[in-house]
Amino acid sequence: MIRDITLGQYYPAKSVIHRMDPRVKIIGTFIYIVSLFIVNNLIGYLLAALFLVFAISLSKVPVKFMLKGMKSIAVLLLFATVFNIFLTPGEIIWSWWKLSISKEGLLTASQMAVRLAFLVIGSSIMTLTTTPNNLTDAIESVLKPLKVIKVPVHEIAMMMSIALRFIPILLEETDKIMKAQLARGADFESGNIFKRAKNMVPILVPLFISAFRRANDLSMAMEARCYRGGDGRTKMKPLKYQKADALAYLVLVAYLAGCILLRIFGQYVI
Amino acid sequence: MTKDIIKTQKLTFDYIRRDEEGNVEGITTAVNDVTLNIAEGDFIAILGHNGSGKSTLAKHMNAILYPTEGTILVDGKDTSDENNLWDIRQTAGMVFQNPDNQIIGTVVEEDVGFGPENLGIPTNEIWERVAESLKAVNMYEFRTKSPNKLSGGQKQRVSIAGVLAMHPKCIILDEPTAMLDPKGRSEVIRAIRALNDVEKITIILITHNMEETIYADNIFVMDQGKVALSGTPREVFSRVEELKRLRLDVPQVTLLAHELKKAGLPLPAGILTKEELICHLS
Repeated sequence: MIRDITLGQYYPAKSVIHRMDPRVKIIGTFIYIVSLFIVNNLIGYLLAALFLVFAISLSKVPVKFMLKGMKSIAVLLLFATVFNIFLTPGEIIWSWWKLSISKEGLLTASQMAVRLAFLVIGSSIMTLTTTPNNLTDAIESVLKPLKVIKVPVHEIAMMMSIALRFIPILLEETDKIMKAQLARGADFESGNIFKRAKNMVPILVPLFISAFRRANDLSMAMEARCYRGGDGRTKMKPLKYQKADALAYLVLVAYLAGCILLRIFGQYVI
Repeated sequence: MTKDIIKTQKLTFDYIRRDEEGNVEGITTAVNDVTLNIAEGDFIAILGHNGSGKSTLAKHMNAILYPTEGTILVDGKDTSDENNLWDIRQTAGMVFQNPDNQIIGTVVEEDVGFGPENLGIPTNEIWERVAESLKAVNMYEFRTKSPNKLSGGQKQRVSIAGVLAMHPKCIILDEPTAMLDPKGRSEVIRAIRALNDVEKITIILITHNMEETIYADNIFVMDQGKVALSGTPREVFSRVEELKRLRLDVPQVTLLAHELKKAGLPLPAGILTKEELICHLS
């Protein structure tokens, strides 16, 4: 039952974006998010939408998967839009009882909705086309400059990759513990939410104990294999930029420049 | 004259139990005054029932634990000197009991590469070492698989490959087969024996399964932190009564031969394999 949960949302395919260096994808996603907050007029949003469509078509990931990410933020999106529409003061264009809609409200609400939607779809392109391993490597590499201010970048990346390795193991273990407790008459299905939460305690306690034991074993095994932090370590699979990555950077910079120009000169175009 | 890879001198280790304030509650001596030498290239088995101190002894050989008293030299280096720590851990690799808790990589080949990465080996050579180690344990075709998809025996062979890729002179295996089914067990034992025969790597196998030790050059039987018996498998297993007193079983064939001998049949002591017994009986 619990093992059916798939981890991460990597969608395997052979596309330009899949082959791209993961660092490009992280930085690209960041640039895209920044650009969404730079643009402030219709043409700007059109450019952002065009860029998104371009990236989606390159990634060869079905649009269905992209929109899946939207589901999780649908409620948030709805709330934010409704509140923005009704609570922004300004030139009132429609009102009924105590509710009123202003022109400014409509504008900010639609802007925000578009920004949020693009943001989620944009970052899901990254997670859909990059394996978790690659992502961890890229995060380590991109965040490397932070080492100067003593951020343990390598350790964070190592923790992430170990977490990735152990999630399926711990899921399996949870499954086992649940079955063991069910066999002894535990009941996880009935009762209200508080009762159910309370019933989870006999699963969580053994799970935590076992997780700590595993952590202890693993740290010993890592030390036995000469692990001593990130210094002096070489990489089996170092990240290397290809020609396509340079091109991707070029496209990204051009896009960002376009967004900035549209913000400055936007009013003359319309 | 082959040189000794591991030498212990009156090695003693105490586990100190402390209460919440850090006061000493009690001391358990896990390893007590052990002096032994292990020659390079040998296949050594260390036997003992639970709590006999065999795992504690093994952890000293990899400098995970340090002696309370006495010394242990690994390839001539004292483990209590911190400067030797990484050399020792490279010389004497260690494989643990639980296969899940010692695989770090999310892909088989990445896990095998973990050790060489830590040693700062250049990328090209890491790939060579990974391929060569995986081939040595017959796991090369699984190199791009996730460890979660492998059987216990396969995982344990990946762990062995992971140690092998660091080019150790000696591999210590702490009950590597305890959590495996019979098939996985025989896979692992076959891999270990091949490493000993072909690559001439010193093997120290810690186990409580008698059948696994019959191929060893030497056996040390531990009891209450001391070496109770030692010698070749034939010597050790000919002392059936003593082994029983140490709460250890002898291999089934050996036991049968022993009982037959007691019943009056003219058999030599310490028969280890079925074939041997058949040969002597006919």
